[in-house]
Amino acid sequence: MPENLFKVNIEEYVLPGQRACQGCGLSLAYRYVLKALRENTILTFPACCLTVLHGLYPMTSVTVPTLNNTFASTAASAAGIVAGLNALERTDITVVAIAGDGGTFDMGIQALSGAVERGTDFIYVCYDNEGYMNTGTQRSSATPMGALTTTTPVLTKQQPKKDMLRIMEAHDLPYIATTSPAFPIDLYDKFVKAKRIKGSRYMQIAVPCPPGWGYAPKDTIRIGRLAVETGVVVLFEIEDGKFRFTGRSKTLAEKGNKLPVINYVERQGRFRKMSIEQLRQFQRWVDTRWNEYMKKAEG
Amino acid sequence: MAEVQIMTGNQAAALGAKLSHVQVVAAYPITPQTSVTEILSQFIESGELKAEYIRVESEHSALTVCVSASTVGARVFTSTSSQGLLYMHEQLHWAAGSRLPIVMCCVNRGVGAPWTIFNDQQDSIAQRDTGWIQIYCRDNQEIIDSIIQGYRIAESVYLPVMICYDGFVMSHTMMPVQIPDAELVSDFLPPYKPHTILSPETPMNINPVLFPWRRANAEGVMCDGYMEMRFKLQKALGESRDVIVATGKAFAGAFGRDHGGLLWQYKTDDAEIILTGMGSVATEATAAADMLREEGVRAGVVGIRVFRPFPKEDARDAFRKTDAIVIFEKGISYGYEGALCSEIKAAFYGTDIRLPIHNYIVGLGGRDVKARELAEAVRLSRDAITSGDAEPAPKWLNCITE
Amino acid sequence: MAKPAIGEAGKTGDWRDMRPVYDPSKCIPCVKKKAACFLCWLYCPEGVIKATIPIEINLAYCKGCGICAEECPGKAIIMVNEDGKNG
Repeated sequence: MPENLFKVNIEEYVLPGQRACQGCGLSLAYRYVLKALRENTILTFPACCLTVLHGLYPMTSVTVPTLNNTFASTAASAAGIVAGLNALERTDITVVAIAGDGGTFDMGIQALSGAVERGTDFIYVCYDNEGYMNTGTQRSSATPMGALTTTTPVLTKQQPKKDMLRIMEAHDLPYIATTSPAFPIDLYDKFVKAKRIKGSRYMQIAVPCPPGWGYAPKDTIRIGRLAVETGVVVLFEIEDGKFRFTGRSKTLAEKGNKLPVINYVERQGRFRKMSIEQLRQFQRWVDTRWNEYMKKAEG
Repeated sequence: MAEVQIMTGNQAAALGAKLSHVQVVAAYPITPQTSVTEILSQFIESGELKAEYIRVESEHSALTVCVSASTVGARVFTSTSSQGLLYMHEQLHWAAGSRLPIVMCCVNRGVGAPWTIFNDQQDSIAQRDTGWIQIYCRDNQEIIDSIIQGYRIAESVYLPVMICYDGFVMSHTMMPVQIPDAELVSDFLPPYKPHTILSPETPMNINPVLFPWRRANAEGVMCDGYMEMRFKLQKALGESRDVIVATGKAFAGAFGRDHGGLLWQYKTDDAEIILTGMGSVATEATAAADMLREEGVRAGVVGIRVFRPFPKEDARDAFRKTDAIVIFEKGISYGYEGALCSEIKAAFYGTDIRLPIHNYIVGLGGRDVKARELAEAVRLSRDAITSGDAEPAPKWLNCITE
Repeated sequence: MAKPAIGEAGKTGDWRDMRPVYDPSKCIPCVKKKAACFLCWLYCPEGVIKATIPIEINLAYCKGCGICAEECPGKAIIMVNEDGKNG
């Protein structure tokens, strides 16, 4: 039961009748991202699910200013907004780049690395639904091992998920945070905090996707929760290099009772061809990372 | 009294951007453009130019930064060549479709594969369909002047402008340049007023998806479909011809230099044969025309200054009275002929202008083009025309083709 | 460019094959007569549930995903087929 629900900004910035799928994890996450950031924000995003959520001309479903750009360019698009606003001496506006895993881990990685290396003063948000979902569920480097996608339709994805969080850590950013729409208050709090910090901030949101992952829309919160309960998704923040578990992950770290990944995997159609060996590898991957995070938390 | 300095084309370009009070520069170094980025960095870091310099990690990002910075209302500048221009190709389309008044210098260099670092115009020619205004400069004075004119043109028609000049031939060659007076430039360039501004005061979603069909807004008013938006881009390019000419004349009035509007002419009044080209090869052609005149051949030159929008009417007028055209191009539309050649031929379609047109591909990958070689090509063409060869396939000048 | 408007994708309530049906007698804030729970409001991806006592679901735009029913601790919301029969 969330204790801090009532301090959340009650304004809704995503209007009813938007174009995202039933039960979309991104829709839920986006509600809270915008609640935290509020009106004085400009967002830019590439061709992705968000493009569709925002809707087609001449209407849009979102009440804050937004700029579309090409798939590879999200972080550069944000860098340009920051540069332009600086030149015009309008430094009160929060600039946010938001892209999926495709636009972050894959095609967008160059612009992202460049923008954060330069210390661009913006928030970069990656909503990670673990595949190119807007084009119908093709494999990305964020797709977990053993998952079926339309471009890994028989053999499943062979490689483990690219560790984008470690890549971002290597850029020495002032703030990195992982979040999940299954834990909206944790997400909200982190975005409120991020808004106040200067420099390049990287936020990753673990977004469940009903059609892409193969589960019923009503289970989005359950799947999102299980991701955290099994340690597949770890809720943390790294502030000035200091690692800290948050929310449910903090409790799991203290109590040491994370669930085996089978609980997460067995509920999703995309894992129906996962082999025993892949499942073992996946559990090892989760455990290795978990132990690394435990060590980091000790300081 | 305006100051005259000897400077390279790249120095002229950087000065042009500085005089235009650009507010955001995002550029990535590439031969032979590199010193533009260096000089601008020097201006900005020393405080001579108050602007943001974003040291982007690629050319694709360079133009992206310009697009979004322009969208929030800043005046922007970038510069590139060859592979860099190719790398930002999708953003060229994006910038034009967004109707943003970005000014970019293209320091013309050939494209790979295989590699070349030397001059030809394939890079900018390959971008002719993107919706940018394209201006080709023939000397360093024209570079600095065209950049300043470029902002005025761009910001009145809301179209991006590409100022092209030949790599090494101009970028690295020193020429005398009269530096426009800074105050006169400020008078000549009013502040940039964006057509749509991205700001929290007026929330909107810029450059979203459009349906193929027109669609009503929340008030029931029908709004453009994709095709209408794109028609507006084409329409703006058409209307920009007059703006380009008027801007050139206004510039001449304020600064005393007239670069000729859409095209310029040299000894064409009585010309029996006209040489044509873009950029420094057209200047070289004037020397060739003089050589030919000494032999009694009434040669003239039409320099195409503005390639896009293509000066169809001006071309018809300029070439109407001559008996033959020889087109020298530093690029080719592979699989057919030189792009300029095709445009000129198409310009005459539907008129009574029928004359032999010979196309020479010259100077690719920086192969030297000498005035005497151009003159010799004209002599050969004249002989061929006399023998009845009105429209041969493009010839490759000074290149082994067997 | 594109201006904010409700219903950009039309009446997304038309997307449903199952509809949420609400029983205030099982709803915790209603029973306690004070602000409490509101997990349905919290978890609705569409933001079409109002955190009021009783709650209000905007059926014109509710896509029928079923998350509210799934997450309600009091089972105050159940999903029924759009044709009225309990599924």
